[in-house]
Amino acid sequence: MLRSTPDARGYFGPFGGRFVPEVLIGALEELEREIASAFADAGFWKEYAAALRDFVGRPSPLYRTERYAAGVSAVPLLLKREDTNHTGAHKINNTIGQAFLALRMGKKRLIAETGAGQHGVATATVGAKFGLPVDVYMGAVDVERQALNVFIMQLLGARVHPVTGGTQTLKDATNEAFRVWAERVDDTFYVIGSVVGAHPYPYMVREFQKVIGTEARAQCLDRYGRLPSDVIACVGGGSNAMGIFSGFVEDADVRLWGVEAAGDGVGSGRTAASLGAGSVGVLHGSRSYLLQNDEGQVSETHSVSAGLDYPGVGPEHAHLKESGRATYVSVTDAEALEAFYAFARDEGIIPALESAHALAFARKLAAERDANDLVLVCLSGRGDKDIAQLRV
Amino acid sequence: MFDAVFTRGSAAFIPYVMAGDPDLETTSLILDALRDAGAALIELGIPYGDPLADGPTIAAAGQRALARGTRMGDAFELVARAQGNGSPPIVLFTYLNPVLQYGLERFAADARRTGAAGAIVPDAALEETGELRAVFARHELAMPLLVAPSTSPQRAARIAEASTGFVYVVSRLGVTGANQQRSFAPVREQIAMLRRLTGKPLAVGFGVSTANQVREIAAIADGVIVGSALIDAYASTGERAQSAAEDVAALARTLVAATGRTAAVDTTR
Repeated sequence: MLRSTPDARGYFGPFGGRFVPEVLIGALEELEREIASAFADAGFWKEYAAALRDFVGRPSPLYRTERYAAGVSAVPLLLKREDTNHTGAHKINNTIGQAFLALRMGKKRLIAETGAGQHGVATATVGAKFGLPVDVYMGAVDVERQALNVFIMQLLGARVHPVTGGTQTLKDATNEAFRVWAERVDDTFYVIGSVVGAHPYPYMVREFQKVIGTEARAQCLDRYGRLPSDVIACVGGGSNAMGIFSGFVEDADVRLWGVEAAGDGVGSGRTAASLGAGSVGVLHGSRSYLLQNDEGQVSETHSVSAGLDYPGVGPEHAHLKESGRATYVSVTDAEALEAFYAFARDEGIIPALESAHALAFARKLAAERDANDLVLVCLSGRGDKDIAQLRV
Repeated sequence: MFDAVFTRGSAAFIPYVMAGDPDLETTSLILDALRDAGAALIELGIPYGDPLADGPTIAAAGQRALARGTRMGDAFELVARAQGNGSPPIVLFTYLNPVLQYGLERFAADARRTGAAGAIVPDAALEETGELRAVFARHELAMPLLVAPSTSPQRAARIAEASTGFVYVVSRLGVTGANQQRSFAPVREQIAMLRRLTGKPLAVGFGVSTANQVREIAAIADGVIVGSALIDAYASTGERAQSAAEDVAALARTLVAATGRTAAVDTTR
């Protein structure tokens, strides 16, 4: 059976672990102890569930698309509507959970890295809700291309720090957040935005995102009396995917599909498909797949979607890939953009560019399925944030 | 190899420089200049694009070196050349991913062959060093491990036990980088705690830049590690290799004098 809980050293099979400078080890151990205590505390989950219900707006709907795949398949194409969450994406499920932990630990401020800005917005939001100051680190390139989200973060009271080192994208924002955390490890809680980083982050973030899969599974059974045949989600770091996969990973008949950003193409050198084009290495605290050269230097990545433009991937995804439990495919920028426009016109829903990758693959897969199947897609977020970029 | 580095009654001056910054020829001249200035041990950084333990100065030095096309093999060549020039022992400073991609066994063999004394891998936490330590030991390479201010005494004892060559005492929370204003008073307690746990040499690094700071640390520790301040000293020189090496040597001589090593030798005559 696939291990769904990491071992004592934070490994999912051969992936995961804790590869950070010694200065951060104490904070990771402290977090690990707090998680063990909080996750065993029914009161913690009760408070978390209430916040998801009343602040986030959960459960999110399960919605059957009307027209997007109708031309190619009779299979019902279902959406798990994370775009309907407060702040417009799945990210808030995680930041609420981490903010509750920060409060339990008596931390005085939150820091976060962000690429597309959705995680930054979600962290700024919980900072405002709980009265915790927030500092967000964001690559200078991403600050440019996600100006709307920068403005929203500032409106919510967060300070946004453009990071000018390296490639000036999410990878470098993450490096900077680790460094800042090292300086103020006593009073600062680092809210990581995906199932990446050193143990216990990949495990903790998955547990907070698991609500997506748990709800979707119950909704499928309730409405259709059966489980989906296929579950599809986009994968950058991979948190919305781990969230929805977690609801079905024990159901051997449900096929799990992770969709990476191919950029210009997996073999083009301008890609963000870590599982498709990368190799095993260590980045940002864990052992997983990453895009790198033969000297172990992390590669520049490319995707039309800032949220998928990351050279690594969560270690549990690496484990799901190697164990064969999930299959990882990729979709190019052009295919994702085509899906973005088509989906908006056909369904009246503007998807995030990240989610458009999952939708592009979903239509291809739907063509191979029949009316007795159910194809479920995680619509991880809404596309408002991407509109300014696409209008240029 | 480390017996001559850490001698009784004075502290070893341990400079850090980045291989290939601003270019390999200059690094070679800087290594010779540091030898002449009285460095007891040299840390040679292997450039890496995502260095979690380094502050802006060293991260930028790494970026410059990478932009010049510096590769792992170039660092080994620098070590071999410096050893031929009578250099003090050189310990490599790198990150885990470049070592893993180069091949752990190949890395250790090349380090040994070129004469390196060991390697520091700051993002390999104690629990993840098992294989590294085994391979390094087989090739007779030291692996100094880091102890931070946030490290508990119980954990520090385990780290000191596993550490070889010396114990790298991180003087503050945070990353590397010069800070002329700070006081090292809190390090005293850390050193006292470590002295009770281990008889191994203790070298203090992170945030050390001035002669006064070196003097303060030399009074309590066995070694003083200075990196960013030396890089700042030559970074503004541009590409004039000889003057870069002279700038580094001038600062290094001042810092070596501050360790009291020369004075200590004099009093034993």
